[in-house]
Amino acid sequence: MYGSTNLSEEDAKRMNSTVEDPEKLEAFESRIARGEKIEPQDWMPIEYRKQLIRMIEQHAHSEIVGALPEGTWITRAPNFRRKLALIAKVQDEIGHGQLLYSAAETLGKTREEMLNDLLNGKSKYSNVFNYPAKTWADIAVIGFLVDGAAIVNQVINSKGSYGPYCRALERICYEESFHLKQGHDNVVYLATGTKHQRAILQDAINRWYVPLLHFFGPPDKLSAHSEKLMKWKVKLASNDDMRNQFLDQYVPKIWELDITFPDPNLKKNNDGIWEFSDPDWNEFKRVINGAGPCNAERIAVRKFAEEAGRWVRAALMNPTEKYVAPLA
Amino acid sequence: METLDPRIKRLSLETSTEVEKTNSHLITYEVFHQEKRGKHVTHVGIVHASNPEMALVMAKEVFGRRGKTTNLWVVKTSDVYTFSSEDEEMFETTPEKTFRDPAYYKVRDRIEKFQNKNKV
Repeated sequence: MYGSTNLSEEDAKRMNSTVEDPEKLEAFESRIARGEKIEPQDWMPIEYRKQLIRMIEQHAHSEIVGALPEGTWITRAPNFRRKLALIAKVQDEIGHGQLLYSAAETLGKTREEMLNDLLNGKSKYSNVFNYPAKTWADIAVIGFLVDGAAIVNQVINSKGSYGPYCRALERICYEESFHLKQGHDNVVYLATGTKHQRAILQDAINRWYVPLLHFFGPPDKLSAHSEKLMKWKVKLASNDDMRNQFLDQYVPKIWELDITFPDPNLKKNNDGIWEFSDPDWNEFKRVINGAGPCNAERIAVRKFAEEAGRWVRAALMNPTEKYVAPLA
Repeated sequence: METLDPRIKRLSLETSTEVEKTNSHLITYEVFHQEKRGKHVTHVGIVHASNPEMALVMAKEVFGRRGKTTNLWVVKTSDVYTFSSEDEEMFETTPEKTFRDPAYYKVRDRIEKFQNKNKV
């Protein structure tokens, strides 16, 4: 295969059908069962391709949009050391977006198509980035708990079956460990600081608690979870399992600072399962579907960047170059 | 609510709803990274760029942000020639060719047998 586009004409035709060659499907499934990775040029079921595009694309958008609330605080960071760390973190997030768009692109959807779908609302991104960062304590909580939640999800997904996604995630997790540490450092400084610092931290935690519970998606009893996606190692843990792992890792680290969560029912049972008040899942749906406090603003900023940068991209474009999908 | 984003406060956004056409976009370059002088240069991912110089700038930003880097290479994706993944089986017999392994050659038994015979 010479400089292939990874979506062959035959595959492109197949994109709208759900019928798979049983022999190829069996070989594909047994390869995954053996723990082998699937690479872009390999045969794969259409549904596998579609689900992965959707998932990786959403993840990429979340990185890009996720940098926006934090970006608002670069000019207002409390000191130079915090400013340097925040700039580095925001730059990392954009880099992670690039890595993930590339991984999704190997499956046959171009980066421009994905960015267009973000702007026209066809594709989604994580709920948590539609909330405002009102005070510096929000930056601390985002750095520690939002990134912490993302890492739980990413570490699990890095064990998946699609090679390019796993490789991108391994790199991302490695870089995110700095985000987490600087976020923790920031939280601890506020928690052990003045009365006012403790108060803004407590206020931020109160506001982020529900969005963080929402972050892992609806409870298993409400979400249509697919055995097939588990078998194909597209999904590797249930929403509830990931949420529980997050609570287990992070709640004690907030409690030890004598900061509370706004939920009297939050506690760990003897069987290791965390109990909490069921958050309002209608709010989650509203925010995901565009009606959160900051959705319009996030898309507006993204749209401005897209439009303001258009002349640069047009000037750079070399029309004689033929696009092919990336190899790995 | 009033926006907290200085970019929104600073700039009056255009109201155009036009979305960029998808048939014109930057090509991709495969990126290779060398950690230390003397080590292998290994594939790490891709970047989008209009020319190799810009690809190197992008590669530095995305793949040179942590740890050590000695050098980065970029190669236009369309210039990379590969086998088809269906041809993977042509490499299958390589591990069977044990006569290529140093461990295949065991002569100690023979030497000992030879020496024992001479002692008699």
